Amino acid sequence: MIRTCQELQALQNSLLNQRDPNKQYVRVCVGTGCRARGSLDVLETFKEEIRKQSLEIKVESKQTGCHGFCERGPVVVIGPKEIFYQQVKATDVNEIVSKTLLNGEFVDRLLYQDSTTGQKVQHEHEVPFYKMQTRRILANNGRIDPTNILDYIAVGGYQALAKAISNMSQEEIINAVEKSGLRGLGGGGFPTGRKWRTCREASGDIKFVIGNGDEGDPGAFSDRSLMEANPHSILEGMIIGAYAIGANQGFLYVRAEYPLALKHLQIAIDQAKEYGFLGKNILNYGFDFDIKIVRGGGAFVCGESSALVASIEGRMGEPRAKYIHTVERGLWNKPTNLNNVKTWACIPLIVNNGADWYAKTGTGKSKGTAVFSLVGKVNNTGLIEVPMGTPLKQIIYDVGGGVPEGKKIKAVQTGGPSGGCIPEELLDLPVDFDKLTEAGSMMGSGGMIVMDENTCMVDVARYFLDFLQYESCGKCVPCREGIKRMLEILTGITEGRGRGEDLGLLQELAEMIKDFSLCGLGQTSPNTVLSTLRYFGEEYQAHVKEKRCPAGVCRSLIEYTILEDKCTGCGACLKLCPQQAIQGEQKKLHVIDPTKCIRCGICRDSCPFIAITVR
Amino acid sequence: MDAEQKSVELNLEYGKIDAIIGSYSGEKSALIAILQEIENLYGYLPTWALKYVSKKLEIPMIQVYGVASFYDAFHLTPRGKHLIRVCLGTACYLRGSSRVLEAIENELGIKDGETTGNLKFTIQSVRCLGACALAPVMVIGESYFDKMTPTRAGKVLKQIQGKKEDD
Ligand SMILES: Cc1cc2nc3c(=O)[nH]c(=O)nc-3n(C[C@H](O)[C@H](O)[C@H](O)COP(=O)(O)O)c2cc1C
Ligand code: SF4
Ligand code: FES
Repeated sequence: MIRTCQELQALQNSLLNQRDPNKQYVRVCVGTGCRARGSLDVLETFKEEIRKQSLEIKVESKQTGCHGFCERGPVVVIGPKEIFYQQVKATDVNEIVSKTLLNGEFVDRLLYQDSTTGQKVQHEHEVPFYKMQTRRILANNGRIDPTNILDYIAVGGYQALAKAISNMSQEEIINAVEKSGLRGLGGGGFPTGRKWRTCREASGDIKFVIGNGDEGDPGAFSDRSLMEANPHSILEGMIIGAYAIGANQGFLYVRAEYPLALKHLQIAIDQAKEYGFLGKNILNYGFDFDIKIVRGGGAFVCGESSALVASIEGRMGEPRAKYIHTVERGLWNKPTNLNNVKTWACIPLIVNNGADWYAKTGTGKSKGTAVFSLVGKVNNTGLIEVPMGTPLKQIIYDVGGGVPEGKKIKAVQTGGPSGGCIPEELLDLPVDFDKLTEAGSMMGSGGMIVMDENTCMVDVARYFLDFLQYESCGKCVPCREGIKRMLEILTGITEGRGRGEDLGLLQELAEMIKDFSLCGLGQTSPNTVLSTLRYFGEEYQAHVKEKRCPAGVCRSLIEYTILEDKCTGCGACLKLCPQQAIQGEQKKLHVIDPTKCIRCGICRDSCPFIAITVR
Repeated sequence: MDAEQKSVELNLEYGKIDAIIGSYSGEKSALIAILQEIENLYGYLPTWALKYVSKKLEIPMIQVYGVASFYDAFHLTPRGKHLIRVCLGTACYLRGSSRVLEAIENELGIKDGETTGNLKFTIQSVRCLGACALAPVMVIGESYFDKMTPTRAGKVLKQIQGKKEDD
C-alpha cells in the first residue's frame, strides 16, 4: 500500500536499484495478434528452457502487450540490446537461447528484412516500421508486463498522479490540459480541457468519469492494444481527471469482443486498489475514487455518449437528442465526463512533461500524436503513432512499407463507418483533425485502411452502409429508413441494376440523412458515399452506364476466366469448384462455364500458376 | 414423479440465476451484466430465465426482452457447441472474408447466424475482432485462424468435423 507521494518515489527508486540495466531479458508479446499465432507457447517454451538451463538468475523472461507490428507476430525482443525477432515459433526457442542468450549471436532467419533495401535489421529501433514513429501513448506498450503494476511504477507510473494531487490545484490541472491543446481521440476531436471544465462547473455534488473503450469501428484496434498493453496509463489518466473534475466514481466501458483487454484492465484495477491509487484517501490527499468495468453488449451505437450512458444504466443503447449534454446530465442524470481511453492515457504525459511539451508536437489546431491501426492493402499492418500533421504518404510508405505485390494505391479510408475515402491524388495531405474533415473524411477513433487497385470504391461504400444499416438503433426515421434506401440503391448499382438517376438520388438522400438524424451515427453515415461520389465518380459511372466493375470486385459484373498461356491443366481448380463449373482434361487447358460459375473465387485462390483472372 | 423431478431441476436452475443476481446485489442497472452471465452459462438466453430475471429485478418483461434483443451479445435460441466466428470487419472484408463466410455456409449448409440441426455448429459473422493484422480472421471456439481463404477454411472445418466424429 502506497500512502504518500514519498512512498511512491521510494518504491520507484528501489525498483530501479534492484533492476540491473545490463541484465538479459526476453520479452514475448502476448497481445491478441501474437497470441493468435501461438505466442503463449513461445513464452512457455522460453520459461521452460531457461529453467532447464538454470538461467533464471541471468535472464528474465516476461510477457508484454502489443508491440504494434502484428503483421510479423509473434514478436520477441531480447535485451538489453533489443534484438528484434519476428514470426517466432516455439520450435525456434531452443536456438535463440543457445545462440543469442548464451553466445550473443543472431538467429539470422528470425531477423526482420527491410523490404526496400533487402538488409536484415537487428534491433527493434532500427526497424523502419518503428523508426518513423513517435511513440508516446504507445511508448511503453511492449516494454512492460501489463499484469504487473510494479513494471508500470518502475517506468514512472503514477508519478503524474502524485504530482497532480500534491502540487497542482484542480484548476491548474484543467488549465494544463486546455493549454496542451489535447483533443479527444475517440472520434469528434472535441477539446478535452474544455469538456473537463464544463463538467467541473456543472452543478451537482455527484459526478462521473467514463473511459470509452467500446472501439466500434470495424478495422481499428488501437484502443484494444492500449487496454491490453498498458492499462495503468488509462487508469492514471482517469484518476487525475476525476480529481480535477470532482468525480468519485468512474466507469470503463469495454467491448465484450476484447476478452484480454477486459482481463488486463480488471487486474490493473485490482492492483491499483491494492497499492492505494484507487479507493479511499488516495495518496493521503483525502480524495476517494473507484473504477468499475462495464462490458459492452456488442452494439456500435453504444460508443455514442448518450447511448453508452444508457447502456451502463442497463437499458437499450439508444441515443437521445443532443440538446442535453452528458457533461451536464449524463449517468443517472449527473454530470458525466466521457473520454476515449487513448485520450485518458495522454493525461499523465501532459502532467509529467507539461502542456508546452505536449503542444510542441502537431499542427495549428491538432496537437500531439495520432494513433492509427494501419490495415488493409499495406505491407506493414499494425499499430502506429505519428505526430499530428504527418503526411498520409509518409505513413503509408515509410511506416507502412507501401502496398503489397507492387500494386497501385487507390485510396485511404479513415474514420471508420463515419469517415470517408481519400484518393491517391491527395496523399500529401497532412493528417490532422481539420485536414481530414476538409477532405471529406475524419480522424475517427484511429482506423486507417489502405485500398489498392483491386478495391472497388462502390463496394466499399456499400459495405459501410450495410454495417450502419445493421447498427442503426432505429430510433429516428432518417437514419433507419434513409440508410436502408441508400443501401438498396448501392446494392442495385453493384449488381448491375444501376439507373442514370441513382447517383443524384444518393446525393439527395445523403444530404437529408446528414441534416435530420438524431445522433452521430446517422449524421455521419453518408460520409463514405459522399466522399466516394466526390472522388471516384467515374467508377460509379462505369457500374451504372457500362455495367462494369473496373476493380473486378462486384460479382454480377465480372467473369472468371482461365489464361491459356498459364494453365498447365493441373486440375486443382476443377476439384475444388463447388459448382462443377470447370471442365478440362488433365494437362490440357481448362475452361470455366460462366453460366454455372457463382464467382466465389475459390479457383483463383487455388491455382498454383496464377492462371485465373477476373474480367 | 416426472413433474416433480422437473420442478426440482428448474429450482436448481433458478438457484443458479439467483446466485448471479445476488453477485450484483440485485441492482437493476446490472441487467446487462446479469444477462451476459446467463448467456455464458447456457450459451443463450432461455425464455424462462428472462421471465425469472424480470420478476426478481422487478423490471418489466418488455424491457428485459428489449435489452436481450437489442444487443448482439445475446441470443434467444440455443447455439451450437462450436461457435464459428468469421470477421467481416473492414480489414477482413477487403481481404475477402465474405468469401470465407460463404465457403463455411456452403460446407455446413446453414446461413450466417444459424445453427446446425445437431447443435454442433453455429456460424456468426462479427465486425472486427481487433486482430485486423491477421485478416481475414476466423475464430472457432477460442482458436484463431489467420489469413483465411475459402479453401483453407473448408479444410479447417473438415478437420474439426473429422475429429468430432470420434468423440
Ligand atoms: C455512433 C458513434 C459511435 C462511437 N463510437 C465510439 C467508440 O467506439 N469509441 C470512442 O471512444 N468514441 C466513440 N464515439 C464518440 C463518443 O461519442 C465520444 O465523443 C467520445 O468517446 C468522447 O471521447 P473523446 O473526447 O476523448 O474523443 C462514437 C460516436 C458515435 C456517434
Ligand atoms: S441517428 Fe440512427 S443510430 Fe442515431 S438515434 Fe437515430 S436511428 Fe438511432
Ligand atoms: S477487421 Fe477483422 S479483425 Fe479487424
